[in-house]
Amino acid sequence: MELTLESDGYSVRLVGAGKEGIAKAASERPELIILDLGLPDIDGVEVLRKIRDWSEVPVLVLSVRDAETDIVACLDAGADDYLTKPFRTGELLARVRNALRHRPSQQDTAVFSVHDLQIDLTARTVKKGKEYVKLTATEYALLSLFVRNAGRVLTHNFILEQVWGPAFSDETQYTRVYVGQLRKKIEDDPSKPKIILTESGIGYRLSSE
Amino acid sequence: MSEYEDNRPNPDELLKALKKEDERSGKGKLKIFFGMCAGVGKTYAMLSEARDAVAKGVDVVVGYIETHKRMETAELVLGLEVVPRKKVEYRGAELEEMDIDAILARKPKVVLVDELAHTNAPGSRHARRYQDVQEILANGIDVYTTLNVQHLESRADTVAQISGSIVRETVPDSIFDAADEIKIIDISPDELLKRLKEGKVYAAERSRQAVENFFKEGNLSALREMSLRVTAERVDHQIREYRRGQNISSPWKSGQRLVVAISPSPHSVSVIRWARRVSHTMDATWVVVYVDRSDKLSEEQRDQLAKNIKLARELGAEVVTTSGVDIANALIRVAREQNASQILVGKPDRYIFSRAARLIDNLMQRSTDLDIYIVGQEGSRSKRKIQSVIPWPQSSAVQYLTAVLLVLLAAIVSFPFQGYIGYRTVSFILLLVVSLLPLKFGPGPTVLAAAFGALSWDFLFIPPRFTFSIGNLEDTLLAAMFFVVATVTGVLSARVRKREKIIRQREARTSALFGLTKDLSSAHSQDEVITTAVSNIKKYFDADVAFILGDAEGEMANTPHPASSFKPDVKESSVAAWVYWNEKKAGKNTDTLPSAHATYFPMSGPRYPLGVIGVKFPDDAELSNDQESLLENFISQITSAIERELLNDVNRKSIVVAESERLYKTLFDSISHEFRTPIATILGVSENLLGHESEQRTGLREQSVKEIHVAAERLNRLVANLLDMTRLESGMIQPKLDWCDLRDVLNHALKNLERELEGRNVSVDVSDDVPLMKLDFGLVEQALTNLIHNAALHTPSGTGMMIRSYLEEGETCVISVADNGPGLPREDINRVFEKFYRAQNGKSGGTGLGLTIAKGFVEAHHGTITARNRTEGGAEFVIRLPITETVSKDSEETL
Repeated sequence: MELTLESDGYSVRLVGAGKEGIAKAASERPELIILDLGLPDIDGVEVLRKIRDWSEVPVLVLSVRDAETDIVACLDAGADDYLTKPFRTGELLARVRNALRHRPSQQDTAVFSVHDLQIDLTARTVKKGKEYVKLTATEYALLSLFVRNAGRVLTHNFILEQVWGPAFSDETQYTRVYVGQLRKKIEDDPSKPKIILTESGIGYRLSSE
Repeated sequence: MSEYEDNRPNPDELLKALKKEDERSGKGKLKIFFGMCAGVGKTYAMLSEARDAVAKGVDVVVGYIETHKRMETAELVLGLEVVPRKKVEYRGAELEEMDIDAILARKPKVVLVDELAHTNAPGSRHARRYQDVQEILANGIDVYTTLNVQHLESRADTVAQISGSIVRETVPDSIFDAADEIKIIDISPDELLKRLKEGKVYAAERSRQAVENFFKEGNLSALREMSLRVTAERVDHQIREYRRGQNISSPWKSGQRLVVAISPSPHSVSVIRWARRVSHTMDATWVVVYVDRSDKLSEEQRDQLAKNIKLARELGAEVVTTSGVDIANALIRVAREQNASQILVGKPDRYIFSRAARLIDNLMQRSTDLDIYIVGQEGSRSKRKIQSVIPWPQSSAVQYLTAVLLVLLAAIVSFPFQGYIGYRTVSFILLLVVSLLPLKFGPGPTVLAAAFGALSWDFLFIPPRFTFSIGNLEDTLLAAMFFVVATVTGVLSARVRKREKIIRQREARTSALFGLTKDLSSAHSQDEVITTAVSNIKKYFDADVAFILGDAEGEMANTPHPASSFKPDVKESSVAAWVYWNEKKAGKNTDTLPSAHATYFPMSGPRYPLGVIGVKFPDDAELSNDQESLLENFISQITSAIERELLNDVNRKSIVVAESERLYKTLFDSISHEFRTPIATILGVSENLLGHESEQRTGLREQSVKEIHVAAERLNRLVANLLDMTRLESGMIQPKLDWCDLRDVLNHALKNLERELEGRNVSVDVSDDVPLMKLDFGLVEQALTNLIHNAALHTPSGTGMMIRSYLEEGETCVISVADNGPGLPREDINRVFEKFYRAQNGKSGGTGLGLTIAKGFVEAHHGTITARNRTEGGAEFVIRLPITETVSKDSEETL
């Protein structure tokens, strides 16, 4: 992995354990952290929390399959993205690029476009191709949440808390219903979504391509 | 034997061997400072030794010391750690007792407990202090204690005879026998008297009183001799035990057994004590037998019988209760069963005409090869009881009166007819009435009625009438014979009835036990055993039952088993906990914690206590001996049934373990091939790449890398499948259900297989009415991926595939994956979901696990999966998932 990243022009520091990683993150101030959850010393989620105490650096979490609970915990604790092992090199590089591109500071664009969809956050309008799309208040809130976090994986809980409020964080069926409705309005083929992508067992992500 | 004598082990070695044995058992050691009477310095000696031990660094605490205000003793206590005493309220007075819980919590190496024979204040956990000591020992704490010879159960009678005062606080000999060390504290009577006069033993005025009453020199010498003898006997006994333990042939005839007959009489107490002394010196085991003739016992007799049995148990006897009408026969039967050579009975009060005397006669006549001992009664003359030792059923005055009145009625009714039938016929009518009486009455009323019948016949019918004189010899004979026949008939039928009653009782007992055993054997789980046990105890004893089980870690459950018919409150639960930890029964009608409302019995298992059974009788219920032993039988049956179920569980688990081990073996055998194939490819091709670096043509290079990639993908798939399979096999699959849109899941599955499905026409049709479902996204996705991948593997490239989903009867969601390929081999359709099944003509690359995993995951959702060949050609796999919950889509206005 080090090889792959270096051959793509990144400079990489390799760390063997969680505590060492936290120290290195503080001393070297990297632009991106790739965190493997299978650490020998402490819980990966713990590492993430420690780092998030003082830094907003993008964190990409690596994990094995069937560890959805851990991944969700990490995403809720502030991780930006995740990958399950084994993954393809191309996929890794794409996620790294994506994480570096969508820094919080660049999030002020008022008009955002993805595929043939244009969302104007100030005018609160959504255009698909040339036509305006009519959305309900909730659908719009949902879409704008995706837009503001474009490229990031949003967990069901996070979406529920942001759109419906903390009291609804267990009503996970809401996200499915509204994402379904939203897809019907904005996707070309709702059965093969290209804009709002499902992350199995975890949540959704707005395509960044 | 001669070898042994040449090679006599020295006492130190003996002691060492004994010590070792104790350490192995994990129990604390008991050391008794033993003396002839108060004032010899036992407590002093105990404290001195404790101080020595403390100086050596042993952890010693004082549990309870009575200094009797003796200065020297009090000084010795100073500096030792004292566990504070517990204050017990009793009838307004505040008593101080040893705090056993505090001692157990403190867990020292050694605890000092004075006066072993002490009786605790009512409301304490145990009635007696020696029971406290037993519990402390059982918890692995050593105990030093003090004891006088007069408090030893088997010596209490003799002491009473010597000193004239009756000793009430006695300690069972078994405690003394079980002690690890006895230290005898011996001073001469002269010196003791001197110390007494100096006021070192009691305060001055009590001192004088004591000397006059108890501390007479003659008394003291006798007591001293007794204490020395007891100690000597013990040493003797220990050596014998040791020899037996070491299989050294003993010079004594071993295996002697005594059968001791007891009755509900106070005299049995001395018989029991005598038997214990004899058996101890003879080194014989002894069996105490009570023959239950199912006579009705008075309250007093019942108490006495219970006391006798308890005493016998305390003194180390095995107690057998048997039923039978003829006591002599029953005793001989038991003696033969127990292989005993001697029978011991008490001497009867009166010899002539007494039932007990007849017993002795019968024993003498029938016991050919058995020795019979007849033991005299100690101090019996003063309180002789008129009541016979074995009473007949008591008949009330009303019964006597009724019996007589019936005969009188018969006589009066016959009176007017005597002219027609003759006066002799009347005698037969009266005889008939008398012979019918035993059906309702005991032998007493029958005999009285017989006598009354004879007299009234004489008076009213035999001429000269209305006088008792009889005219001729014939009638005199008839009257006499009437009396004899009536009496014999009455008594005989009474006896038959009695025997019948015994048989009925025995039958009832047997059938109760049989019923329980039958029910228990048909119970197939621990829960069923408990339910059966609760209902059986309820049926035969009318009692409520609570089961509190233990677990493999040796912890008792907090709540009773749900099948229990009562729930012990906090206080009762602590009784149950005590029983659990000590594996002894406690509660109502026992010596331990008798204030509880229920009796608790331990269920002892082979490695850890199985639990506790609490039995709560109705408040006024009294248990007869018979019932009590039946209940104990019940409990042991239930315990073994529960143990059986437990072992079955263990067995079942080990079968599962063996099965999964077998599975792993097959798995590894079959999988190693699958692993090696791609690894071989990767190794070979990469070696090629390394070796021919310079002369590589780009075409070859690209080809090689592609091959490596394909092999790696195959490895990856294999590992994923194996992991899934392991999860399934280990039963670890717990679906994390959450709302899922089936369209999403399908999409994902298709995306995973993007490359495998390249160039195929895949149609997806999900009906609009398929709602959100609660599924484990990952599991269903994997199941679908496996199904679709399977279809792709086994059909030629370019074959079309149809995936459809729709609702069936509104409550089942159907997902069908169909293809236009060659279909499934017809003979193997039912085997496709089997582990490691692979189609004969299948392309390589499959593991034979994909469909098995799909099936497992679907079944984890309580769904089903089936395979069939479509009539129009090609295979179809159908998943059916039940819909348990639905979401109502709330509508919202669009902007």
